[in-house]
Amino acid sequence: MATQPLPEMPVAPEHVQREESALYDRQILNYIERAAATGLYEIRGLGAKRRLPHFDDLTFLGASLSRYPLEGYREKCTTRTVLGTRFAKKPIELEIPITIAGMSFGSLSANVKEALGRAATAVGTSTTTGDGGMTQEERVSSKTLVYQCLPSRYGFNPDDLRKADAIEVVIGQGAKPGGGGMLLGQKISSRVAKMRTLPEGIDQRSACRHPDWTGPDDLAIKIRELREATDWEKPIYAKIGATRVFNDVKLCVHAGADVIVVDGMQGGTAATQLVFIEHVGIPTLAAVRQAVEALEELNVKDKVQLIVSGGIRTGADVAKALALGADAVAIGQGILMALGCNSESYVQGGKHYSAEADYRRLKTAPGFCHHCHTGFCPVGVTTQDPVLERRLEPEVGAKRVRNYLKTLNLELTTLARACGKQNVHHLEREDLVALTIEAAAMAKLPLAGTRWIPGHPG
Amino acid sequence: MVRVMRAGGAVPTVFDLSKQSVGELNKFLHGDLRDIKAVRVENPDGAHSIAVAVDAPLRIEIGGNVGYFGAGLSKQATVIIEGNAGPGVAENMMSGRVEVTGFASGGAGASAHGGLLVIHGDAGLRCGISLKGADIVVGGDVGSFSAFMAQAGRIVICGNAAEGLGDSLYEAVLYVRGNIRSLGADAEVQPMSAEDIAAVTSLLAAAGINHPAREFKRVGSARKLYHWNADANQEY
Repeated sequence: MATQPLPEMPVAPEHVQREESALYDRQILNYIERAAATGLYEIRGLGAKRRLPHFDDLTFLGASLSRYPLEGYREKCTTRTVLGTRFAKKPIELEIPITIAGMSFGSLSANVKEALGRAATAVGTSTTTGDGGMTQEERVSSKTLVYQCLPSRYGFNPDDLRKADAIEVVIGQGAKPGGGGMLLGQKISSRVAKMRTLPEGIDQRSACRHPDWTGPDDLAIKIRELREATDWEKPIYAKIGATRVFNDVKLCVHAGADVIVVDGMQGGTAATQLVFIEHVGIPTLAAVRQAVEALEELNVKDKVQLIVSGGIRTGADVAKALALGADAVAIGQGILMALGCNSESYVQGGKHYSAEADYRRLKTAPGFCHHCHTGFCPVGVTTQDPVLERRLEPEVGAKRVRNYLKTLNLELTTLARACGKQNVHHLEREDLVALTIEAAAMAKLPLAGTRWIPGHPG
Repeated sequence: MVRVMRAGGAVPTVFDLSKQSVGELNKFLHGDLRDIKAVRVENPDGAHSIAVAVDAPLRIEIGGNVGYFGAGLSKQATVIIEGNAGPGVAENMMSGRVEVTGFASGGAGASAHGGLLVIHGDAGLRCGISLKGADIVVGGDVGSFSAFMAQAGRIVICGNAAEGLGDSLYEAVLYVRGNIRSLGADAEVQPMSAEDIAAVTSLLAAAGINHPAREFKRVGSARKLYHWNADANQEY
């Protein structure tokens, strides 16, 4: 009987060798190709993308037979946070210990600044100006506004100083300790240029050092000047990028800061050299511990407050930072993502629209984008383009950020109650253990299930 | 001989810093000054932050040397420092006039946005650093890295400039009468136009310092660092 002939066997497949190199992987190959093609370093936005020891490597010891929990929803758990009690006549009082980090008008649109202000006011927290100065939109919409004094001093003026609720002297930031701000020409719109006293369209690079003071002894005099300028009313924060944190925190205390902000290497930016983002600064986890040790050693833990930032994303991150000794956290990247950064769509006029085409135009895709520096943000967040910026409506943005902050706060209180705490500020080191050896060493916490802290006997 | 313009017959309110604090002085200067025409500060003795963040069209005379940040963040006021000034005199000034009869230390007029700063003697390092629109007239020399990253405004230097003048200059314009030891990155000597001559003449007259404007050289930005590119040999 005739049968169907079997399909011809294809020629025996050649074995294609696909042994990838760990050292020269796809990412490094792209890097070298790009360098060879352009002769320029890569500039991008956001923060360190590579895996680093972080709060995920810690876990809470909740309730046990020897530790009483509080009811997860009903029993009171206070989140009220006061910052600036050391010298200021009018310390900042916040409803929650989660603040919005400094991000410039210029890197962000005016709509975004307004959205952030509205959200912060709704939940009872603060926003912070950035390297572009204070906008009317932000001062009007944000009930508590921290005014940054940066090396560039773009737009810095005594009227805005008087309008601020607190002042943050920026010595560095986690994404680029030692580097100044950067805003490329396509984002130097007419309004931005005017605020920064620059020609339109140039590639702006901020100074990396302050113009009128240099070391820690000078900083003490500068802080004093800012106090004199504002009649000692407003808290003065000192913000450092996490490098030699232990020493820097001590020096900031001696210089007279009310609050110290420590920004770990996971901290974001709208534009800086890749080499800075990934290879300068220490992880936030290591930085928190060093900062707290410095404050404890100087016996000022209850006088000088600590704000931690750099990759704070979840309620768990907030809770762990507080348990390690922070008084509050600041969030930048997470806030932008709440607004829609890396989202597939945006909302305009009450309708959802796909942003996929605009990600493709940037040669990226939602979930992978870090092109804040281009000013072509597909969802209208990090842009000055008049068409794109309409994709982030202040009302919509404010609601999203408010929801995000509320979620974080809910998770924070849930964890605090599980640890038996009536006040989130009572979370303590003893509530935490580490899941990896690096995290144990950096946070000086025992490895879970053991009593071992690397580097410590017993 | 330095001739400082004198106030016309107003009786000043006097603060004696050997008896009162700088904080009291500044608090007073931030208050209601409608009935105050002039303030005189005696025995400043190099204290820091004297007369900062003033916002009133007031005349303030300081009878001696000031420390850091004298007349910092000043608006509208006329501040005469009858002596020398420490680092950051008139830093971030917005308007008005600050005059130093002696010399000024580093960072004089740092990031100043408007008004006129006059230093009759020499200025130290980084005079006019990060300048944002104010005018500075220096009767003597300026130190190294003066006008570093100066964005807008004008600096008239009647003496010499040291190393790195106008490094990373943006749109501020410098006029130098004496010798320039070296120019900074992107700074270049440019021809003096009729407008430049007029500007120097006017600034010197305002400062009360006498030199012919044609003796000055103009230094401006070559604008080569405004856009970063591969051919710049990483000067950026």
